Amino acid sequence: MVDFVVHDEGDSVGVVVVEGVKAGDEISGWVMDQDVDIKFKAVSDIPIGHKLAIKLMKVGDTVIKYSTDIGKVVADIGIGEHVHVHNIKTKRW
Amino acid sequence: MYKDLSTATFSGYRRENGRVGVRNHVIILPVDDLSNAASEAVANNISGVMALPHPYGRLQFGEDLELHFRTLIGTGANPNVAAVVVIGIENGWTQRIVEGIAATGKPVIGFGIEQHGDHETIMEASKVAKEYVQWASELVREEAPLSELWISTKCGESDTTSGCGSNPTVGNAFDKMYPHGATLLFGETSEVTGGEHLVAARCRDDEVRERFMFMFNRYQDMINRHKTSDLSDSQPTKGNIEGGLSTIEEKALGNVQKIGKECIVDGVLDKAEAPTGPGLWFMDSSSAAAEMVTLAAAAGYVAHFFPTGQGNIIGNPIIPVIKICANPRTLRTMGEHVDVDVSGLLRKEMSPSDAGDKLLESMFRTVNGRLTAAEALGHREFVLTRLYESA
Repeated sequence: MVDFVVHDEGDSVGVVVVEGVKAGDEISGWVMDQDVDIKFKAVSDIPIGHKLAIKLMKVGDTVIKYSTDIGKVVADIGIGEHVHVHNIKTKRW
Repeated sequence: MYKDLSTATFSGYRRENGRVGVRNHVIILPVDDLSNAASEAVANNISGVMALPHPYGRLQFGEDLELHFRTLIGTGANPNVAAVVVIGIENGWTQRIVEGIAATGKPVIGFGIEQHGDHETIMEASKVAKEYVQWASELVREEAPLSELWISTKCGESDTTSGCGSNPTVGNAFDKMYPHGATLLFGETSEVTGGEHLVAARCRDDEVRERFMFMFNRYQDMINRHKTSDLSDSQPTKGNIEGGLSTIEEKALGNVQKIGKECIVDGVLDKAEAPTGPGLWFMDSSSAAAEMVTLAAAAGYVAHFFPTGQGNIIGNPIIPVIKICANPRTLRTMGEHVDVDVSGLLRKEMSPSDAGDKLLESMFRTVNGRLTAAEALGHREFVLTRLYESA
């Protein structure tokens, strides 16, 4: 069972690919580039398609997905937390 | 591998200029907004012809007018179109479009409404449309190699599943078709923001790279000139954000999965400009779905790969738009819009190569004649790109 996927092991976030993930759920992840299975505890409710943090992130940190910069942290993020427009933001425009 | 692409063929309509189409439309093409009513009346009179109404074509000038002509001429010239009746309010611009389409050798005629009125124009145009559609109905498909197939791609209402599911599926299919001389296209200039270095690194040489970066920077300058905020409600779209995409960089990195891992960017095109050889081309273009697909069709592409996450429902009047989706919620709630389900990728039940093969199988069936979901559902979004105000 894959609850979330991670593009690369260096990424700071994974993507939930099932519906109904609730805070406190133990969820299984698949790191696609390295084909490794991982487990995390969700600390927020996370809708399908939304991201969870798999690394601790502080304000000003760069968020990494696809091994690449996808923006900056604007509110501290704990492991297993929902990562979205409330805590990360583009560096462009 | 689903089939040996080096010997694979598809069945299409070979046109007078040698290009091969996968549909056999007779279209009634209005030059301007005023001519929509007459064009639609002709399409109502004659079975099997289709009008392409649109809201523009008056008092455009300069580069914006050139793009208008290029898009309408390219639409009529597309090999999916057997014959064209052009209707405009006056003869000058109408004949310019007729002459542009006539260069392909296909049947085309123009009617100006002034000094005739709608009634006479509709009657005369209907007579020709009837002859064209009866002629086109006897054309037969013939086998053609993959090197004669032109396929474009653009994604829409993307979400995070696009970047790990449907977009890499297109990338895999592109990687498999590229070595066999297919003519491929991607674009969406604002939507490579954050991944532009990855596209630049894939360009064939410095000349192509410089032209790509010129187009990229030109679009960034336009956005910076007009933006009122950080575009957070537009790029990513509300639908993208609902689907979990947080920033333009994240969206762009998912977007560029569509060009696979091996294809080289062989050239760069302006909007609606036709490529001059096989390979993968980048077209400077809007990221709005119907605008980009309309530009791709005007450049001569005959079928389109459209990956979606949240469920964009777009079609095009003249080219089949094949939808690919990996999001199980979208497949459950609006599956009637999706042609290729690759949700197995996210459950580890399917490899990227399996997904690419599934798309190629759908592509061959579609170009050989099977209607896409968008065609069956009547989606005919024809949207012209404007560069600035009319005079």
